[in-house]
Amino acid sequence: MRRLFVYIFFSAILLGLSVNAEAQCKGFARRICKLELENFIHDGNYHAAILTEGEEAELFKTFYSDQDYRIAICGYDVLPDIEFKVMDIQRNVLYNNRDNDYKTTWDFRLESSQQLTISVKVLSSNPAGEEPLSGCVAILFGLTDR
Amino acid sequence: MWNERIFSFLMGCSLIIILAAGGTGCANDGPRQQREREFAIDIPEDALEDIARVKKVFYSLPSPLETAMILKSSGAVYNEDLLNPVANSTGYHTNKSMALNLGIYLTDLSYASLFDQTQTSMDYMEAARRLADNLGILDAFDSHTIERLEENINNREVIMDVISETFMNSSSFLQENNREPVAALMLAGGWIEGLYLALNQVEDDDLDNNRLAGMIIDKKLSLDILMMMLDDNDHNTDVAGLIVEIEKIEEIFSKIDIVSSPIDVTHSEDGSVSVLRSSSETKLTREVFRQLKSAVSNLRESFVS
Repeated sequence: MRRLFVYIFFSAILLGLSVNAEAQCKGFARRICKLELENFIHDGNYHAAILTEGEEAELFKTFYSDQDYRIAICGYDVLPDIEFKVMDIQRNVLYNNRDNDYKTTWDFRLESSQQLTISVKVLSSNPAGEEPLSGCVAILFGLTDR
Repeated sequence: MWNERIFSFLMGCSLIIILAAGGTGCANDGPRQQREREFAIDIPEDALEDIARVKKVFYSLPSPLETAMILKSSGAVYNEDLLNPVANSTGYHTNKSMALNLGIYLTDLSYASLFDQTQTSMDYMEAARRLADNLGILDAFDSHTIERLEENINNREVIMDVISETFMNSSSFLQENNREPVAALMLAGGWIEGLYLALNQVEDDDLDNNRLAGMIIDKKLSLDILMMMLDDNDHNTDVAGLIVEIEKIEEIFSKIDIVSSPIDVTHSEDGSVSVLRSSSETKLTREVFRQLKSAVSNLRESFVS
């Protein structure tokens, strides 16, 4: 019977941690990352995940012509730099923030609407053998009211 | 009888379930299902291999606010007759109808707000709140949100921020609570509504060099993403049913070719913005436009009635 209680106790803690991490991620996206959009209007889409050093994520989105966009990528302060690339449908790299000192935003507009892919990677900074760091990474989009 | 093996097994299962839930809370981790489609835009094989290697994949559809902004900048005018009447909001009782119409109402709300229709915006916020409540989406439309909207009803910037926040709260709540199929249905409802609003603002004898017609063509690009998102949730019977319905729209879109030139990245004159230069050749014939308008109207009617 004691083991049953231990099982329920640990399950509840693990479930609570998981839900709490997700909720913190949303809070981070709303309170910190959204500020990076500055004068751009957040489109309302929410894309965030807990990523570990070396881990990648990809996002597919259609961007419309003659519209100014800002991509903002942000992660918890404890994480190393986050590299993000913007690629066309053929995966040709159109922008890599590595060439811009890992800047967390990129402003652009398109002459014709395109489906683009945004690839995000948390770089590794920890020496081998150490526990890799994890934290929330959010991708937000802003646009202008024209 | 609780012995070591059962205990270890249960602990292991709990960990796996919780880690899986945490992973899917923000993203879709499963392998992309390969569906055969006759699409002009095909992702190359080597690109698919690259995608398979990465762990988390997000599909981002135009939000209701973005849809309304693109509609307006493409030359749409305000026509209240096109909206789903708020009176219908009390008649949706299934998860599918509530989720689809939440997406529809949020798009209608965004559209009305961008055209400064203050009372209509309030009415549609209330209709959306009713459906969100019935879907068990907590805190997306709290009293503070409604108050902020009422106090700033003539401030479009604040209204857009409230709509953006409300949509973010709704979709993030559904993701965090492992209800991705409901989130996918909501997004699909908004996507169809945006297409419906555009199709009903263009005459079939005015398709050439028409920016709204261009927006309709561009919907083909996001349809590809919509289908990938729905495919990831096809274990849900409501989503599986919707896929069959949207495939009819997809078949019509497959008759529209989009041929784009390679993208050249330059900078705006003041250097503040990167410009992705490319051209695309498209053709929307009168016949395809009529087929699309009819199919989308029928599908949307099946959602709202």
